[in-house]
Amino acid sequence: MHTHLTTWRVAFLTVVLVAAAIFVLPSAPRAARPQQPPQQPSELALVISGDPGTPPRYAVPDFVGLTPDVGDVAKTIGQVLWDDLAFEREFYLIPRDTYGSVPAARTPEQIPFASWRELGADAVVFGTVQRTGNDVRIQVRLFNVRTRQSVFSKEYSGAVANPRLYAHTISDEIHDQQRGLKGVARTKLAFASDRNGVPLGGTVENRQVKEIYIADYDGANQRRLTVSRQLNVNPSWSPDTRSLAYTTYRPIPDIFVSFIYQGVLQNPTKGSGTNYLPVFSPDGKQIAFMSGRDGNPEIYVMNADGSNVRRLTNHPAGDSTPTWSPSGAQIAFTSDRTGKPQIYVMGADGSNLRRLDIKQSEADRPTWSPAPFNEIAFAGRTGGGFDIIVYEMSTGKTTPLTFGEGSNESPAYSPGGRHVAFTSTRSGGRTQIFTMGRDGKGLRQITRDGNNQTPAWSN
Amino acid sequence: MRNAQKTIIIVMVLAATIAAGCKKKPVATPQPAPTVEAPPDTTPPPAPPQRVEETAPVPQPRLPEDAIANRSLDDLNRDSPLKPVFFGLDSAELDDAGRGVATANADVLKKYASWAITIEGHCDERGTAEYNLALGERRALAVKTYLSSLGIPPDRMRTVSYGKEFPFDVAHTEDAWSRNRRGHFVITAK
Repeated sequence: MHTHLTTWRVAFLTVVLVAAAIFVLPSAPRAARPQQPPQQPSELALVISGDPGTPPRYAVPDFVGLTPDVGDVAKTIGQVLWDDLAFEREFYLIPRDTYGSVPAARTPEQIPFASWRELGADAVVFGTVQRTGNDVRIQVRLFNVRTRQSVFSKEYSGAVANPRLYAHTISDEIHDQQRGLKGVARTKLAFASDRNGVPLGGTVENRQVKEIYIADYDGANQRRLTVSRQLNVNPSWSPDTRSLAYTTYRPIPDIFVSFIYQGVLQNPTKGSGTNYLPVFSPDGKQIAFMSGRDGNPEIYVMNADGSNVRRLTNHPAGDSTPTWSPSGAQIAFTSDRTGKPQIYVMGADGSNLRRLDIKQSEADRPTWSPAPFNEIAFAGRTGGGFDIIVYEMSTGKTTPLTFGEGSNESPAYSPGGRHVAFTSTRSGGRTQIFTMGRDGKGLRQITRDGNNQTPAWSN
Repeated sequence: MRNAQKTIIIVMVLAATIAAGCKKKPVATPQPAPTVEAPPDTTPPPAPPQRVEETAPVPQPRLPEDAIANRSLDDLNRDSPLKPVFFGLDSAELDDAGRGVATANADVLKKYASWAITIEGHCDERGTAEYNLALGERRALAVKTYLSSLGIPPDRMRTVSYGKEFPFDVAHTEDAWSRNRRGHFVITAK
């Protein structure tokens, strides 16, 4: 028993230190975000439009390396920026392999606007990368091809370690300026994975550990967060993106909160039976979760520090997977009180319980969209597997987003609600994370290694 | 600087590896002579549990009593005197067969009064991962409640739901699913 406890302490400390090393030292995503000097006063902060009824057509060539050793960085930024801008589907991105006919420019004055116009571009991005000591300086402008005027101009300087982050930042700022849209290029996905193939301790059966991983929204920079060598599943981001709550088996399932930048691990449900499926409230002050502490799986809410636990449901069936409404005033969850899982909604104090009128025989894992949308995505039984289906709260209308390609589960909205991450077995039978637009279009596969499940999308 | 960071990370990963290595300290229990067991390093993997039909007799301990008492936890769990309880689709209720197995397990637990157990609730793969966490929890709790009614003190029993994380049989057949819907007993102290 003594050995056991000591082992946990070492493992805990290791989690903390590794988290600190990964997230604080080399490239803390927030802290090392490129410095942004105040925007140059622009007399023409104009929105570039396309032909009537069509989205503006953007060209994003490679950035130009002004010093000899930044060619790769310049190329990466151009490619990632193209992908980021394409992801939101606000613009039409002219394919990069058609840019060969356009002469390269090394200065804004050399931009061949006539050639870009021939290619059908309404907008062209021009960017440069220059090494300055240990850092790089990146300048970027967005030009209206018709008027040849710069409508967006930014400069960043900082470490060269993660060039993709500059592209993500530029993408978010272009979406903000051109569309008034909060882009998701700097958001992250957390999920559980068995990719390391580490066997779980014990001799009962062939079991593997699952650890929590974090990736950029596009699947780049996949990194392991937990090192507990246990089953770790169901991560949930705090709204400030500073911490993740998740279910961890030690070996009894319990809720841990990992403050990923500080390297602190908390156990708000310590010593209170089995606890699963934590999910932060929209203001980050509370966590809803499932617990069997009173002899049956029920929905509970506690303050994020573990205080003030309230039980919200009381039914001999199983109540699970709570999700908060955008305002935090309501909670939806799954219950099999009719014999099959269905989705219910109640006030955040447990009042006004009602069942959503959903025609699928089984409906599970509701995820309430953020504002401005007011809809619940869930996994609905369709034949042998599940599909991601959206229930619109105001009309009760349901719309499928997937159509029987593999089994599709665990929907998670992006901030802003324009995209959905989910798991699917469509790619060779293993469970992988995908993202798509809230209309089901624009599918992207995020993971390919091992089995990956229960995605959560950060703000 | 980068190398220094790498070194730090490597050291910490090593620490984690060592920590995990320490955790599973194999208990070297002297084996009693008169068993017919194969040497430990050639022990075959556990046979898949069989669906217990209603007519199944109460399982008989397969080894002499002193052999059970003297075996390590790992060995005990590898060929456990506590048999799994199986459930119907989407059900967390013990049927007659399930109650029969649970009763036999309760008898074993009464005989070895120092044993503590974890009851694991497991599900087949057809529901979602999240729904199965709740269903597995109900299965584990149902078994615990029943054993408790037979006089096993609740403080000897812990419950855990693994949902569909750890199927016993990975095949995608009715047969496999019926074996995966189970309450699995793990002896955690003796």
